[in-house]
Amino acid sequence: MKKWIPAILTLVMAAWFLGNLSAPKDKDFAYNEFGLLPVTANGRVLPMDSLARNSLLEIREKQTLNAEPWKGWNEKPLIIPATEWLANVMMNPGVANDWPVFRVDNPDLLSLLKLPEKDLAKKVDGKHYSWNQIQPALADFDKESERVGKIDSANRTAYENAVSKMHERLTLYTQLENAVLPTDAQDWPAELAAYEKLIPDGVAAVQAQQAGSPFNTNYFNAFAGYIQRFQSMAGWEPPLILPPNGARQWRRMGDALLDAPRGTPVDEAIHDYAKMAGALAANNPEAFNAALRDYRSSLVPTQTQALSKARAEVFFNQLEPFYGAMVIYILAGLLAVFFWFNMSETLRRSAMWLICLAFVIHTFGLVYRMVLEGRPPVTNLYSSAIFIGWGAVLLGMILERFFKNGIGACVSSVIGFITLIIAHHLAREGDTMEMMRAVLDTNFWLATHVVAVTVGYASTYVAGFLALIYILRGVFTKTLDADTGRSLARMVYGIVCFATLFSFVGTVLGGIWADQSWGRFWGWDPKENGALIIVLWNALILHLRWGGVIRERGLMNCAVFGNIVTAWSWFGVNMLGIGLHSYGFTDAAFKWLILFVGSQLGIIALGLLPARMWKSFQAKAGQSPT
Amino acid sequence: MIIKKIVGFLTSLRLTVVLLAFSIILVFVGTLAQVDEGLYGAQAHYFKRWFVLGVDLFGHKLPLILPGGYLIGTGLLVNLVAAHIYRFQFKAKKIGIQLAHAGVILLLVGQLATDILAREMQMHFVEGEKRGYSESASDYELIFDAGGQETAIPASLLIPGEDLKISNLPFTIRVKSFWKNSSAAFRAPMMKSNPLVASNGLALNFDFTPAEEAKAMDQKNIPTAIIDLINPAGVLLGDWAVSGWTGDPGSIQAMTEFYQNQVGVELARNIAVQFGTPQSLELDNKSYVFVLRPARIHHDFSLTLLKATHTVYPGTDIPKDFRSRVLIDNSVTGEKREVEISMNHPLRYGGYTFYQYQMTAGEVAERQGITPSSVLSVVRNPSWLTPYIGCGMVGVGLIIQFMYHLVGFVSKRKTA
Repeated sequence: MKKWIPAILTLVMAAWFLGNLSAPKDKDFAYNEFGLLPVTANGRVLPMDSLARNSLLEIREKQTLNAEPWKGWNEKPLIIPATEWLANVMMNPGVANDWPVFRVDNPDLLSLLKLPEKDLAKKVDGKHYSWNQIQPALADFDKESERVGKIDSANRTAYENAVSKMHERLTLYTQLENAVLPTDAQDWPAELAAYEKLIPDGVAAVQAQQAGSPFNTNYFNAFAGYIQRFQSMAGWEPPLILPPNGARQWRRMGDALLDAPRGTPVDEAIHDYAKMAGALAANNPEAFNAALRDYRSSLVPTQTQALSKARAEVFFNQLEPFYGAMVIYILAGLLAVFFWFNMSETLRRSAMWLICLAFVIHTFGLVYRMVLEGRPPVTNLYSSAIFIGWGAVLLGMILERFFKNGIGACVSSVIGFITLIIAHHLAREGDTMEMMRAVLDTNFWLATHVVAVTVGYASTYVAGFLALIYILRGVFTKTLDADTGRSLARMVYGIVCFATLFSFVGTVLGGIWADQSWGRFWGWDPKENGALIIVLWNALILHLRWGGVIRERGLMNCAVFGNIVTAWSWFGVNMLGIGLHSYGFTDAAFKWLILFVGSQLGIIALGLLPARMWKSFQAKAGQSPT
Repeated sequence: MIIKKIVGFLTSLRLTVVLLAFSIILVFVGTLAQVDEGLYGAQAHYFKRWFVLGVDLFGHKLPLILPGGYLIGTGLLVNLVAAHIYRFQFKAKKIGIQLAHAGVILLLVGQLATDILAREMQMHFVEGEKRGYSESASDYELIFDAGGQETAIPASLLIPGEDLKISNLPFTIRVKSFWKNSSAAFRAPMMKSNPLVASNGLALNFDFTPAEEAKAMDQKNIPTAIIDLINPAGVLLGDWAVSGWTGDPGSIQAMTEFYQNQVGVELARNIAVQFGTPQSLELDNKSYVFVLRPARIHHDFSLTLLKATHTVYPGTDIPKDFRSRVLIDNSVTGEKREVEISMNHPLRYGGYTFYQYQMTAGEVAERQGITPSSVLSVVRNPSWLTPYIGCGMVGVGLIIQFMYHLVGFVSKRKTA
């Protein structure tokens, strides 16, 4: 029976994960179908589903909308999927503007926006507010936002950062609201039809007015009104909704409507979206679904590639492989840690089986993303977290294969879990598949320099984590016998060698890339310096060891410090806000970095305790009192 | 005995360890200091130094003395070379580690050579223009042009209080002030303004004031000097302001853009024309035109900008591609061919490397109604290959060493 436990556990988790494969069914409005529509935003073609999820992450920090946040989770609050939210923001603002989608945490910002405080009886949770609640205080907010905009981002207070973040969120929301129809539209299909009918007379009136001849003021005013609304729409620079048509590329709805009087025929897509909007406002699912079907079938002949890419991305969004892998890693980690206490081989094998499953899912996600983007694995901070996790898990699995002592399993599962959690939080920054700026747009260097440096990070973390296990087990438990200690030391030493190789080669390749694109090999840019410090630190550990300055415990303490060095290079330098490499970070990250560095220093302090205070070494001394 | 001690010290692993430890501290402090001092400031303060006296962090002064980048680099180099010679063994076990260290030596030497030999320049041109020279990114020169005969005085010689007597100029230049970085502003008529900085030429219409030295990567110092010109008899011919602002098409363009927003296109153009007109002095029926401009390095070939393209991702301002199509014209070799220079694809020609740097083209140029232009960064670095070779050596060396250990480790476990 025991023999089958690992396999059964793995099968259960695999079944749980594969449960995500079946796409959710639409009840009345075909929002899932809507989510498959391609649109252009952030410079790339993506499905509405991704646009919806990314936007919700930015505005609400979640991928779904809780429409009744004042209810406890056990009171079944109404959860609205991202695409349903997006469809309503774009085409049915009357409903969407009442949904509490804006997350506001800063108390000063709450008072500035004159928002009510937490009062569950009045259906206010104190954190989430709707557009309609915020809108009355917008004039005051804009003044503050303008003031804050002039302050250098490094010198802003927490409140000012909150204002700036809120400004971004409100802008994004307004962009989405202006993507399909003017925000003040009452009955869009009718208004659109009226506009089209007005065009000949309107144009005639404007031409006459410009020529100084008498003109029909009614036509003129009505026409000018439309033009003003569409200009305002286009001025927000919302996503490009209209697909390529003949020689025309992706276009904004506002621009297309402004082009109509210039003789460009109105695209059928504009009518399709108008029908969807009308049906949504009239709460008529059949009409909505019919218009959606019409539009989709019109895309089939010309936009085959965009449609299939969108479908592939939606599949990826729904599968959430990194989330699945994260859950399985944590489960495996628990089993691996328990193994040290009762030494049941079944536990260790179960942990390994689960790690293999999670690793397969992790790898699948990584490769799927690479294919979707057509890029090497690491293109931004988010994907670096995924890849560091992947590399560390692989290294841990190899160690476990050789040593079979649960340590590799523990390293794999814990680092896998932590890096995926980090990635999960980094995803809030927006589109994780954003386009690469011109200087970064080179698959060759992304595939060599970035991958090598990231493998260097991953292996330095693995070494640091092994050392952490050594210290914690040694100080707090009696399980660190001489054999385990020696094998841990060998692992750390070997991995530090490996880390030196990759971080060195990666860093120098970075220099060569810089030489290729800017004409200088080394510029002392913060990110370069961070990578250099990792190389120097690893080299220092090796030389200290060769020189006999440090032994087993010294090696462990140095390796733990390697965690700090790597965290500094990975996140710390981005917080300096200087240099060519700074690719974004959040304030919350700073808090976590400090916590992480503090915890590692604490562990080094433990590691520096004299050997007689280590439980494992006391036990040893007790056994052999010579 | 003493020699043995010295050799022992120079080849010791402990020296390596100490140097590595100091280099980590230096790089870390030098990174943090960039917040206050900027990239170039920190480079000069920490890395291009033998000793660092006093450390500034987040606006606080710490009385620390650290070895600077030069000292650590030289120390590591000496340590490595000494250890290499002293301990060299031709054994399979050692070959990887020796190759890796030789690679590090090459990298250090290469960086030293780069530091001494490399020159950074720029080449600005608008579409259709031909350039036979590059301009220094940081150095300026004061030019006196007497009917095509140019006399160039490096800006580094313009020291306040000094008189400069140049043999083929019939006057002495007395430097009244020299500002390493300066700002320039149009003196609007009818407005109450500052007193004139000089009483002739450019200074009648423009104010020049000293400015804080540039810190960030994308800023640069633009110097201005106030000079007196004195004839051999000792009679003052007048005083003038000479400014790097006027000798650089890029600065003039920046000035024009600034005034466009304030006073409109027409006036801004007028201001720019006044600003760009070189000043001159008539002496003994000879005209001397003078200007302070970026120092020029002449090539024995020319580049002509045929087309500058700047594309963005649809619906965004995110740059997708910058590229310049140029014509190389080399009368010596008879070459006349077109090449594309784009981000990550530089042109290596005649000992120089031309990189795509900045660009005003595409929609931006269309909106402003100007001819597209491009700036190439031009680097002459005879040691550019060393990092490539050094990196290869270290990589291969470490892999050999690593495989050697891994094979030993795996086979040991198999037999165990």
